[in-house]
Amino acid sequence: MSATLTKQPLTTERSSSYAARIDHVSKSFGRPGAQQQVLDDIALDVAPGEFVCLLGASGCGKSTLLNLVAGLDKPTAGSIDVPGGRPALMFQEHALFPWLTAGKNIELALRMRGVPRGSRRTEAERLLGLVRLNGSYGKRVHELSGGMRQRVALARALAQDSKLLLMDEPFAALDAITRDVLHDELTRIWAETHVSVLFVTHNVREAVRLAQRVVLLSSRPGRIAREWDVEIPQPRRIEDAAVADLSVEITEQLRGEIRRHGQH
Amino acid sequence: MASTDTRSPGDPEPQHAASASPIDAGNTVNTVNAGRPGGAGGKGSAAGASDQLAGLEAGLDALETHTKTRVPLGRVLLDQVLPPVVAVALVLIAWQLAYHFEVKPHYQLPSPAEVARALQDKWLDGTLLGYVWESLSRGALGFAASLIIGTPLGLVVARVWFVRAAIGPILSGLQSLPSVAWVPAAIIWFGLTNSTIYAVVLLGAVPSIANGLVAGVDQIPPLFLRAGRTIGATGFAGIRHVLLPAALPGYIAGLKQGWAFSWRSLMAAELIATSPELGTGLGQLLDQARVDSDMSLVLAAILLILIVGIGIELLIFAPIERRVLRSRGLLASNR
Repeated sequence: MSATLTKQPLTTERSSSYAARIDHVSKSFGRPGAQQQVLDDIALDVAPGEFVCLLGASGCGKSTLLNLVAGLDKPTAGSIDVPGGRPALMFQEHALFPWLTAGKNIELALRMRGVPRGSRRTEAERLLGLVRLNGSYGKRVHELSGGMRQRVALARALAQDSKLLLMDEPFAALDAITRDVLHDELTRIWAETHVSVLFVTHNVREAVRLAQRVVLLSSRPGRIAREWDVEIPQPRRIEDAAVADLSVEITEQLRGEIRRHGQH
Repeated sequence: MASTDTRSPGDPEPQHAASASPIDAGNTVNTVNAGRPGGAGGKGSAAGASDQLAGLEAGLDALETHTKTRVPLGRVLLDQVLPPVVAVALVLIAWQLAYHFEVKPHYQLPSPAEVARALQDKWLDGTLLGYVWESLSRGALGFAASLIIGTPLGLVVARVWFVRAAIGPILSGLQSLPSVAWVPAAIIWFGLTNSTIYAVVLLGAVPSIANGLVAGVDQIPPLFLRAGRTIGATGFAGIRHVLLPAALPGYIAGLKQGWAFSWRSLMAAELIATSPELGTGLGQLLDQARVDSDMSLVLAAILLILIVGIGIELLIFAPIERRVLRSRGLLASNR
């Protein structure tokens, strides 16, 4: 059950030992004296190419943690190291820019990465092909369905060519059918790109469907309650018995964590 | 927890192999190529599954994308042009009736035909376009200057909290000050010159352009700014590629209002600041007609001022605004 995957010093290249290291990170908000602790001593490594799901009820600080890893906020204590440069981040909302076409949204990310003008178009088309949206280059964001928007958002995140992809409940707002299809897509793209994924969700089944490792956070403050290595072979389906079994186990634990908050 | 995973937790070639291998379990096809049927020979179940997924996805996309039909031109004319034409016709009829029944004596309320004749006279002696051009060029120049001053001003007020706290309230307060109030002050400062006119136009238009930009920036969903920062659009690139385009709808609304304020201020200034050295614009024409007690010409001048104001809005600002909103899907596509 332990998830320390980086024990032996196998390579000299520092960047290959982990894609992200969250080193005893705590985070509090508010003024000194009236502080609220959101995260308490989180220690977590994401190995290169690994798919980790962060699971927890509301108030566990999942999104706060993701913001810290993304560099959008600073931890109160501890440190975060992302050797591969600025991680890509995908939100629950697609966050695509409505004044640009699908293709141009991707090209903006390429441009910010420093890709020369001449090769941006080709690269954007390739990424759209990767999320199976060939032919949507010139589409406006509002002309795309919810699932298509999230796929463009995924393509834009991949355009950053980051070693680490952070996903903040990216499929939570989608209907069940679309979400199911996007799970398949994400699994396929993850296997193709070898990107490391840190995926935040409150959906236990989703976590078990996708992840190699599920990390359960307790709430207020967020602490790592338990971890599971998910050894069910891919491609998994959300209906698989093995997925269901592990989901039951994790849900029990999650409910236990939540119940603690009802007792004073 | 199934035990078919081929990965050992401390595998030296760590996760790339580990991530691909569970997918391959049970068949020999390389998953990486599975998305391109026919590319790597042999049809395994993974390739089939991938094809199925692609088909499923294409089906979902097709179901959820709606094709829009274009509204035929005749329909547009009927919907958009007919109502205002009817309204204008009704006003003309009411006017004619008021003239007919002498609600006011004829020298105070001329008929529509007399006003049209006054316009025609000015057209025939070739001065009409001159008045319009004089005012229009002043308006355009004043507006352009307001744009150049108001845009950076609005940006600074929107993004620098100290500046905002300092002059934000004054800037929005200035909007409610009728710019005609500046005319006496401007005449004392600059005399009866073009500077007076431009000063009044600027004082009227700059606040509304700046305020429009501030409102536009304030209405940007924070998510856009976060998304911009994650893809690395920070600093100047962030302003150029995220902040300004995101604020564009509010900014254009501000420009529209800025033009209305420019035009109004200009007319107020022209009406009061009349002198032989100044060119004769529509405001001066209006004042001259009043001095001559030529009511037909007074009404004709008012009509011209109205037409120019509406015309600029309709021919320049409305299409720009519609284009921006439509491209973002913000325009309720009618019916």
